[in-house]
Amino acid sequence: MGLLDKKYQDSNIIIVSLEKALNWARKSSIWYMQFGLACCAIEMMATAASRYDFDRFGIIPRSSPRQADVMIVAGTVTLKMATRIKRLYEQMSEPRYVISMGSCSNCGGPYWEHGYHVLKGVDRVVPVDVYVPGCPPRPEALLQGFLHLRDKIMKENLVDGIGIKEPVVIHDKGGDDIQVKSVDETDEHKTAQIEFPQQDVARKKEGA
Amino acid sequence: MTKVNQKGPEVTLSPPVDAGNGLKTQEMVVNMGPQHPSTHGVLRMELTLNGEIVTKAVPHIGYLHRCFEKHCEAMNDYNKVVPYVDRMDYVAAMNNEVGYAIAMERLMDIKVNDRVEYIRVIMSELQRIASHLLALGTFGLDIGAFTPFLYCFIEREKVLDIFEKASGARLLYNYIWIGGLMNDVPADFKTDTAAFVKSFRPKIKELNDLLSHNKIFIDRTANVGVLPGKVAINYGVSGPSLRGSGVEWDLRKDDPYSIYDRFEFDVIVGKGEMGTLGDCWDRYIVRVWEMEESLKIIEQALDQMPDEGDVQEAIPKKIRPPAGEIYCRTETPRGELGYYIITDKSTTPFRVKARAPSFVNLSVLPAISVGAMVADMVAIIGSIDIVLGEVDR
Repeated sequence: MGLLDKKYQDSNIIIVSLEKALNWARKSSIWYMQFGLACCAIEMMATAASRYDFDRFGIIPRSSPRQADVMIVAGTVTLKMATRIKRLYEQMSEPRYVISMGSCSNCGGPYWEHGYHVLKGVDRVVPVDVYVPGCPPRPEALLQGFLHLRDKIMKENLVDGIGIKEPVVIHDKGGDDIQVKSVDETDEHKTAQIEFPQQDVARKKEGA
Repeated sequence: MTKVNQKGPEVTLSPPVDAGNGLKTQEMVVNMGPQHPSTHGVLRMELTLNGEIVTKAVPHIGYLHRCFEKHCEAMNDYNKVVPYVDRMDYVAAMNNEVGYAIAMERLMDIKVNDRVEYIRVIMSELQRIASHLLALGTFGLDIGAFTPFLYCFIEREKVLDIFEKASGARLLYNYIWIGGLMNDVPADFKTDTAAFVKSFRPKIKELNDLLSHNKIFIDRTANVGVLPGKVAINYGVSGPSLRGSGVEWDLRKDDPYSIYDRFEFDVIVGKGEMGTLGDCWDRYIVRVWEMEESLKIIEQALDQMPDEGDVQEAIPKKIRPPAGEIYCRTETPRGELGYYIITDKSTTPFRVKARAPSFVNLSVLPAISVGAMVADMVAIIGSIDIVLGEVDR
């Protein structure tokens, strides 16, 4: 902090664009929703704990979706859980981001072929910003995912609106080979409709 | 609702009353989960509350049903089941692998050499320490103590380092195969493990000073969620949750598998030191002292472990067991994990059924949470230490 203190001691003026200041503020305190689904949640906890220490990036867990900026989908999304995840996402206040952590929530992972109760990728119910591969991803990989999310937040501008949906694919090696591809721009929050089992729908209608 | 004779503090449940002026009190149904920071995953508890007292608790499961049995039946090799076994109880993957490997080896009459057995025991006990550390850390977190969580994770990372050197993975290993291991342990495995054992022993005392004998922690956990030994046996509870109720039952002693009969260690049981026998604090402290016993086993195993031996010599080229069935049970950090495997003459399992300890332990939750305050539900769930991947499978 010594450097910073000295830098500003003569009441200097900082000239910066508004959106840059806003983006800088938002990227520096990404609060994530403490929401573990499966194995990846243990690695998420490990990332938040002593050795990897999320806090140094201003990333702290919140238990309520209302207070969270980013949802880490850490683990296998089952059909029974998918409706709840969608609801939790809708409960979050904008701008909101989603990190899909692990193969299961990216695409179904090891349960892709025979998992009759596993959703083949959480991007079928919520728009995903960053995909982190691995089964489970190492804590470093999740941190890398967060760094990419920070980059993404810095690129946002007020004219185009915040929350541009550009999925970023990170590979395990590092950030050299980032593939950026834009999704359908006409529909900002385009989400694929999935068919839920009839029973679930019936139960929802009953209000139970 | 099953009536349970609780020895804990007497709680009188007043029925909903009519005040006489047309106003009535009524019971309220509250959903706890599936997104709740203290349910250890995606458990949903449907709590019926009278004021702040729980009158009925119904656990709803199935939010993490990942089709374990279907995957086992769809794999064309018995070794391909191992990764799915890992993902069942993802906090204690090594123990799950050991259980499955032992079951298949008994069925196929494979004898593994001593080096494999010792490495398996050391890995299981290290995993038990790692799993208990996670359980204790998150239990403290649930109660409101954040610091012990960080301290527990420092130690847990050291265990994971050992695993990572051996298997290449931090959490889900696929290390123990039928008839042997994926590969031999690295050359510095013994020194690493010995160094960990030496450094970890004082940390147990540190944890005790930090959390176990903390006044607030004792107030929150003692006399809460009392599980009498008889009730625990009737529900089929196993593992530290059973031993916390004073029942001396540990499969490592009572039905020794692998080479556990060669080691000297004690079975830790709860004594009701801080309150009633079988309360949350007893279940907690059993886990703490079990880590000490695991250290004892690891030390003995390191001394006795032979340096020579091919860890892959008993691995069959193609696993084609005879038609038959087997039930084999092992002691995991959560209790009795049993595999019931039916084989035909093919290379694909006909059926693999897992008797998951978390699932059975969860079934006792409605019985012990009646009469508890709603805030104590968190302590009770945390003390039973369930892993939802294993509950739903």
